[in-house]
Amino acid sequence: MIAELGHYALMLALGLALIQGTMPIVGTRTNDPVLMSIAAPTALAQFAFVAMAFTALAICYVISDFSVENVYQNSNSQMPLIYRLTSIWGNHEGSMMLWVSILTFFGALVAVFGNNLPVVLKAHALAVQAWIAAAFHLFILMTSNPFVRIPQAPFEGQDLNPILQDPGLAFHPPLLYLGYVGFSIAFSFAIAALLEGRIDAAWARWVRPWVLGAWMCLTVGIAGGSYWAYYTLGWGGFWFWDPVENASLMPWLAGTALLHSAVVMEKRGALKIWTILLAILTFSLSLIGTFLVRSGVLTSVHTFANDPMRGVFILAILVVFIGGALALYGWRAPLLKQGGLFAPISREGALVFNNLFLTTACASVFIGTLYPLALEALTGAKISVGAPFFNATFGPLFIPLMVVMPFGPLMGWKRGDLLGAAQRLLVAAILAAFAMAAAFALEQGGPVLAPFGAGVAVFVMAGAVTDIAERTLVLRLPFRAAWQRAIGLPRSAWGTAFAHFGLGVTLLGIVAATAWGSERIAEMKVGDNLDIAHYRVTFAGLFGRQGPNYHDVVGRFIVHRMNGDLIGVMEPSRRSFPTRNMTTTEAALMTRGVSQLYLSLGDPMQNGNVAVRLYFKPQVLLIWLGAALMFAGGALSLSDRRLRVGAPQPAKAKAALRPAG
Amino acid sequence: MKRVFLLALVLLLSAPAFSWAAVQPNEMLQNPALEARARTLSQQLRCMVCQNESIDDSDAPLAHDLRVLVRERLEAGDSDAQVLDFLVARYGEFVLLKPRLSWRTAILWGLPPGLLLGGLALLVIGAARRRGRVREPTPDLTPAEQARLKKILADSPGP
Repeated sequence: MIAELGHYALMLALGLALIQGTMPIVGTRTNDPVLMSIAAPTALAQFAFVAMAFTALAICYVISDFSVENVYQNSNSQMPLIYRLTSIWGNHEGSMMLWVSILTFFGALVAVFGNNLPVVLKAHALAVQAWIAAAFHLFILMTSNPFVRIPQAPFEGQDLNPILQDPGLAFHPPLLYLGYVGFSIAFSFAIAALLEGRIDAAWARWVRPWVLGAWMCLTVGIAGGSYWAYYTLGWGGFWFWDPVENASLMPWLAGTALLHSAVVMEKRGALKIWTILLAILTFSLSLIGTFLVRSGVLTSVHTFANDPMRGVFILAILVVFIGGALALYGWRAPLLKQGGLFAPISREGALVFNNLFLTTACASVFIGTLYPLALEALTGAKISVGAPFFNATFGPLFIPLMVVMPFGPLMGWKRGDLLGAAQRLLVAAILAAFAMAAAFALEQGGPVLAPFGAGVAVFVMAGAVTDIAERTLVLRLPFRAAWQRAIGLPRSAWGTAFAHFGLGVTLLGIVAATAWGSERIAEMKVGDNLDIAHYRVTFAGLFGRQGPNYHDVVGRFIVHRMNGDLIGVMEPSRRSFPTRNMTTTEAALMTRGVSQLYLSLGDPMQNGNVAVRLYFKPQVLLIWLGAALMFAGGALSLSDRRLRVGAPQPAKAKAALRPAG
Repeated sequence: MKRVFLLALVLLLSAPAFSWAAVQPNEMLQNPALEARARTLSQQLRCMVCQNESIDDSDAPLAHDLRVLVRERLEAGDSDAQVLDFLVARYGEFVLLKPRLSWRTAILWGLPPGLLLGGLALLVIGAARRRGRVREPTPDLTPAEQARLKKILADSPGP
C-alpha cells in the first residue's frame, strides 16, 4: 500500500511538473499574471508529492518490505537502521529518486525565496526547472521505477553491497547530488534570461548564491568521496581519475569558473554572455555526469547496448536539454547587451584568466573521459585514458592558475596595478621560495616537481593571507584599528581568502602525500617488525570479531616510535559478509598531526602469516582539510548575501512612502 | 568516490571476492631499483579486464600476470620503453593508460593546448578590438539629437 502511494505520488508530481512547465510560459506570452503566479505554488506542491514518494520508499526500506523489488535487492533485515536508510540511494532507482527529490526541493526553494524576483523571470525559471523535473519523473516512472512489487514476497532481502555499508554512503551521494542539481537553478535562470532576452547585473546577484551553495556541496561531496575511497579501497589512493570521479570533477571546474565570472557580471556588468554559457555548460556537465554514471556506458559501450532503455532515455534527456539550451543560446545570446569595459591587467582580467584555465582544464577532463568511448563507438579501436594522461594535461593547466590566483584579489577593478600587486605579494613569494628550498633540501629522491608544487601551494596560502592583511592594514595600523577593519570587511572578501587558502592547503596535501609518502609491502609473522618513516609496527596476532551482519578477522599491530615510545595499536581487518559471500578490506588509520599511518591486511596465508601494506602518508589530511576551508569560504561568502541582495526592495520602499499613522 | 559505486557494480557482475589490492610481497623483485622501475611502469599500464585500473592497483589475476611479466622483462634487461613496446605489441594500445600520440589520438592530445591557445588568441583579439573602439572618438550628436537633448533638459523640472 505504501509503495503504491509512493508510486501514485510520483505520477501526480509528474502531472504537476507538466502544469508548472507550461502554464507560466503561456502566462508570460499572454501577459497573464495569474497564470505566471501558478509557478510557485505548483513548485511547492510538486516538491510535496516527490517528498511523499521518497518517504514512501524510505518507509519500505525501514520496515524491510521485501515485496518491493528494490528493497529486496538492496536491503536486508539484519542491516543496522542507518544502512537500511542509506541503501535507498545505494542503487540506481533509489538514487534517481534522491536526484528528483533534490531537484524539486531546489524548485520549492526558488518558489519560497524568490519573492523579490521579477515576476516574468521567476515564472520562466520555475517553468524550466519543471521541464527538467518532468523529464526525470518520466525517466523514473518508465525505466527505473523503485516501487515495483514482486508477486511472491521473499522472506529476506539480498543485502546492500558491503562496500557501500559505510557512513560515507550517508553523506557522499546526497552532497554530490545537492551540488549537481543545485546547478540546475543557474541553468533555469540562464534559460529564463534567454527566453526573456534580457539580462543585467541583478541576474548575477540572484544566481550567485545558488551557484555558491551548489559549489559548496559539490566541493565537500567530492572531498568526502575521495576520503571514503581513500580508507575503503585499501591502498590509500585518494584520486584515481576514474570516469565516475571525472563526472563529478567536470561540473566542479565549470561551476568554479561560473562562480568567478558571475562576480564580474555582478560587480561590473561584463562577461554577461559568457556567464550565461557557463551556467548552461555547468548543469549540462552535471547531466552528462548523471548519464555517465547511470547509463552503464562506462563499464563498456556494450553493456550500454545490452540494456539500452535507460541509457537511451538519459541520452535523449541530454540531447534535448543540452542541445536545446545551446540552440536557444545561439539564437538569443546575440540579443543580449554586452557591457563593462576593462583593461587586460585588472581584476576582471584575472578572473578571465581564471575562466580560461578552468574551462580548458574542464575540457581536458571531458575529452579524456569521453574520447575512449567515442573512439570505440566510431572506429572500434580501443584505447585507455587514465591517470598518466590527466596528470600530464591537467597539472600544467592548474599550476599557472594557482600562480596567478593570489594576484586576482589584489588587483583593482577595471584597471589593475600588476607591479603594485607583485610588490605586495613579495613576502608571499619569499615564503614560497623558502618552502621550495626547504622541500628540496629535505627531499630524499622524490619527484623533481614536488618542491615546486609545494612552493606554489605556499604561495597561494600566503597570498590569501596577504590579501586579508592588505585589506585590514594589519601591519600598518594599531591592532585595534586593524581588528575593526577586519570585522568591517565584507564577508565575501573573507570567503575569497578562505577558499583560496583552502585550495593551497589541498595542493600541499596532494603534493606531500603523493611525492613524499612511503610504502612497505611485506609478509609478516607474529612478532615481526616493519619500519616506516620514523615508526615501527609490530604484528601481535590475529583474532576474530563478530559484527551485526559480518565477521571480522582482525590483525593487531603495535605502533612504536623509533626511539621505543609506545604510540598505539592499529587493527586492520578483513570483513566477510555471509549474505553476499563477499570480503572487504578495512584499513586501519592512525592520525599523527595531519599525517597518517595506513595499514591494510591481505588474505591470511596457510602458514598463519599475513601480507600487509603499510603506508606513511605525510600531510595527507590537508587534502580534505583544504576542501573544508573552501566550504567555509563559500559559507562566509554566502552569509554576505543579505548585504548583496540588500538593494532597495520595492515593498519596503513603498512602506516608507506611506504616510505614518 | 563514486568509484566505489562503480566498483560495486563491477563486483556485482563479476567476482564475489573483493580482496586486497595489488602488488603481493612474493611478486616483488629483490633489486630495489628494478622494483621501483617496475612500480612506475605498472602505474602506466592498464589491467585490461578492470574498470580503468592500473595493474599496480588491481588485484585481478590478469594484473598479477602482467606485473610478473613486467618484472621478468626488466630482469631480462629491457629498458622501460622496450617493456612498454613489448606489452603494446602483445596487447595493443589498450594497455597504455597514457595513449601515444598518433593520428588517432590527435584530438585527444591536441584539444587542451589548442583550446588554451585558441582562447588566448580570442581574448587578445577581443582586447585589441575593444581598445581600438575606445580610441575612436565618440561621434558628435546629430543636430536632431542635439535638439532633443535641449528639449529634455528644458523640460526637466530641475533638482
